[in-house]
Amino acid sequence: MGSDISKLSLGHSLAVESRVIGALLRREMLTRFGRHNIGFLWLFVEPMLFTVGVTTLWTLTKAIHGSSIPIVAFALTGYSSVLLWRNMPHRCIGAILPNLSLMFHRNVKVMDIFAARLILEMAGASISFAVLSIFFISIEWLSPPEDILQVLFGWGLLTWFGWALAVFLGSVAEESEIVEKLWHPASYLLFPLSGAAFLVDSLPKAAQEAALYIPMVHGVEIVRAGYFGSQINSHYDVGYMIGVCAVLSLLAMAQLRKISRNIIPE
Amino acid sequence: MILLRNVCKSYATRAGMRSILEGVNLTVNRGDQVGILGRNGAGKSTLVRLVGGVERPTSGTIQRSMSVSWPLAFAGAFQTALTGMDNIRFICRVYGVNAEEKVDFIEEFSELGNYLREPMRSYSSGMRARLAFAISMVVEFDCFLVDEVIAVGDTRFHEKCLIELFEKRADRAKVIVSHDAHYVKSHCDKAAVLKNGKLVMFDDMDDAYFYYSEQ
Repeated sequence: MGSDISKLSLGHSLAVESRVIGALLRREMLTRFGRHNIGFLWLFVEPMLFTVGVTTLWTLTKAIHGSSIPIVAFALTGYSSVLLWRNMPHRCIGAILPNLSLMFHRNVKVMDIFAARLILEMAGASISFAVLSIFFISIEWLSPPEDILQVLFGWGLLTWFGWALAVFLGSVAEESEIVEKLWHPASYLLFPLSGAAFLVDSLPKAAQEAALYIPMVHGVEIVRAGYFGSQINSHYDVGYMIGVCAVLSLLAMAQLRKISRNIIPE
Repeated sequence: MILLRNVCKSYATRAGMRSILEGVNLTVNRGDQVGILGRNGAGKSTLVRLVGGVERPTSGTIQRSMSVSWPLAFAGAFQTALTGMDNIRFICRVYGVNAEEKVDFIEEFSELGNYLREPMRSYSSGMRARLAFAISMVVEFDCFLVDEVIAVGDTRFHEKCLIELFEKRADRAKVIVSHDAHYVKSHCDKAAVLKNGKLVMFDDMDDAYFYYSEQ
């Protein structure tokens, strides 16, 4: 319904799509970071401050994490991954209302608005993770990752999970305000359960099984397996993580399609 | 060509579903100047938003085989927290137009001067309409959708809009919704009347006017 028949070629659609997302990205950067002080550098300076703060706190309180790896390394890998799955949904819930007037332009779709925000969030968390890693490695508080591809693979899975969760919650939130109210406490409670603050191996046997039902745990374990490899005993199931992400993505797309039909731009 | 087939649109309200359009058919060919008359609340804006693809029909099909503008109206299409200039850049990017080449034209045509660097929320409705019109003249559409916006502004600005739209772009199709029969009569060669959710097409302007004014 409502198609531009003459313009159905894939190449044309891709060109339109990249134009729209590019325009939304710049607009998003303007409204979020403005043109004052360090501007868009806040994109990764803010998550870096968070990560450094948490790293410092955990170091000072000598947080117990039940392994021999340094606390800096533990906090960096753990907290950076939290930024991914927590901030992405946070940015998508309630994203539609302030952007309603932009959807007056037919080619600007709900998914484009989500995508622009998600790309920014992903870039912020990833740059922060990379810059801090390089910094800590260069001052020798951290040894370089043993298997960088595995780190990237784990990071990629966490990003996929973050996208799917964000699009799902963002689309459900359009129909129900409860999502916005509940996501805040939920993300808070999920933080200690997400694997950021423990290694599965250090948990009692029964708790390990329960922890491995939580998808983010697998992602964090993979990232840490890539980073520390031989020093720790990692527990993860790539198949389970991919399965959860795939199902969540399907649900997200179905819900997105449902709300897209009923959007009324201002 | 734009083709609407059996288009229905209803909205969920607290009092249940409210049906606005009930089986609307419309064909707009290249170069057609179509006027749509309707009283307040008849569903004119809803119809023009469906034609422009801003909203989707509840049922029925809409096909566009030429480029169609967004509905030029008082509100919508802009983010008021941003400056006029940022909105210009955004819209130009979305439609693949080089904004820097067009800024001079927009500045001159909209007569907004330095206000272009101020957030749009500080604009009056007249200023917004002027900017909306100027920006829409920058993107070359095959068909322009006009929802009342032309009625805004002083006489001189009104004249400028008429020249841009009906003289310089005489060859482009237009769909103009209005409650003003005289306006439609002087600018359109086809007219349709929207009444009770149905659209009735007339070849003769006077027949349309007669149908529109009878209760």
